[in-house]
Amino acid sequence: MIFLRKLAALLVTAFAHTTTYRAEMVLWALSGSMPIILMGVWFQAAQGGRLEYSPLEMVRYFVAVLVIRQMTFVWVIWEFEESVVRGRLSHDLLRPIDPVWHYLANHFAERIARFPAVLALVFLCFWLYPGSAFFPGWVVMGQAAALILGTFVTRFALQYTLATVCFYNERASSLESLSFIAYTFLSGMLAPLDLYPPIVQQVAAWTPFPYLIFAPARLLIGEEVDVVGAFQVMGAWTLGMIVLQRWAWRKGLSRYSAMGA
Amino acid sequence: MPDDHDRKLASPVRRYLTLLRMFASTSLSAEMEYRANFTFSVLSSAMNLGASVFTVRLFFSHGASLGGWSWSAALVVLGAFTVLSGISQSLLQPNLNKLVEQVREGTLDFVLLKPIDPQLWLSTRRFSPWGIPDFVLGCVLVVYGSLAVAPSAFAWLALVASLACSALILYSLWFIMATTTVWFVQIYNVTEVLRGLLDAGRFPIDAFPPGAYRFVFTYVIPVAFMTSVPAQVVLGQTVPAHLAGALVLGAALFGVSRAFFRFALRYYTSASS
Repeated sequence: MIFLRKLAALLVTAFAHTTTYRAEMVLWALSGSMPIILMGVWFQAAQGGRLEYSPLEMVRYFVAVLVIRQMTFVWVIWEFEESVVRGRLSHDLLRPIDPVWHYLANHFAERIARFPAVLALVFLCFWLYPGSAFFPGWVVMGQAAALILGTFVTRFALQYTLATVCFYNERASSLESLSFIAYTFLSGMLAPLDLYPPIVQQVAAWTPFPYLIFAPARLLIGEEVDVVGAFQVMGAWTLGMIVLQRWAWRKGLSRYSAMGA
Repeated sequence: MPDDHDRKLASPVRRYLTLLRMFASTSLSAEMEYRANFTFSVLSSAMNLGASVFTVRLFFSHGASLGGWSWSAALVVLGAFTVLSGISQSLLQPNLNKLVEQVREGTLDFVLLKPIDPQLWLSTRRFSPWGIPDFVLGCVLVVYGSLAVAPSAFAWLALVASLACSALILYSLWFIMATTTVWFVQIYNVTEVLRGLLDAGRFPIDAFPPGAYRFVFTYVIPVAFMTSVPAQVVLGQTVPAHLAGALVLGAALFGVSRAFFRFALRYYTSASS
């Protein structure tokens, strides 16, 4: 109970922090404009009718990608890296709650604050492509919301685990840029994954990435998706990451020396 | 008798060249502290480029094209984009992010007091080697794509000129964006927005649907001039008109960036402005 009260307090302060710079919120939302760019290129490419997707289906797919990207954006490694390098982590460690909750609260608060800007972007896309507006129905929306939440947790767990490398190397975020490339490439952010050559699709299936964008996006545009299976795969990866993170955290913390660790 | 040293300092070009060299070497030695990073940066550049080439290939492998552009033309566009991204990682990001910080903390004062053009100092003080892999790989891709048509010596020259214009356009846009920080303080992600929109430069301009997209990417964020024009120039499609357009645009934007910076300084009130 007390723990929940602490969480609520963290969330409220994080929200207040986030909304101090509201203009920034709009800008961060806008900076994720890659799906809108790809939407245009794929819409145009689908005109010939040679792809399995019609032009409007492409638009819908990338609208879904846009929403998923915005709702599952994770930056904890940069925040953590800065905390470690500047020694601010020491303050966080003195709090009577694990620092991870602090980071999670920041991420959630930002999500809530960003949501109106994301909705505006969605309507902008619908307006740019007349006839592309769609509503998948409440059941699908509910499933997709749950799946996107799961996606966020998985992404967060993956990145937070990488972040513990900060205890050993001051610039662990370069690791994140490598994993981000894999994520971009294998998640379906650049194109619907079923357009990829079969061999690449098979490789992707061994990673958690296709579940992070492609699965929820397909669900949103009204295709059949094995939701339970997606949850199982993501759950397994998340669990593994949490175990690994806790182990690395305990080892790393003993190395941490407040400044210049 | 005035000694040689004084006379050397008196020649402004000489003095600026010396300064530029010193800026580069001090930044390099600072960044070299993190040498392991270089391996990462080479690796991530190569992976990034691989993923981009694969994506472009995807369009062609399904028989859809990128606005009627050939495979090699699309590669030149992607190469030009990668070159520019290298330049922005090496010069634009480190310097202009610092500008935002200096405005917020009021330390821009110290720069303004120096006996040097403040815009020059702010734009060249830092050099980060992490953009070099992108720059080199981008050049390789541009040359590889261009070889498809065996360009003349003149076309190669035009290509270099047009890439220089692209860099100038990019720099000016970036500097103008960074200057707005005088009014908006916490807004260092203005440059993130710019970076996001510049991603459109990965694709030839004709790959976008006519209308809003092409208008925005030609006239508002002129990525068409930055990456499509170099490709058109080297592949010998309507060289003079496009190159002239890019030249005029580059010069004009550079002028605007200087004027805008001077204008913004009038509103700069030191710390917490």
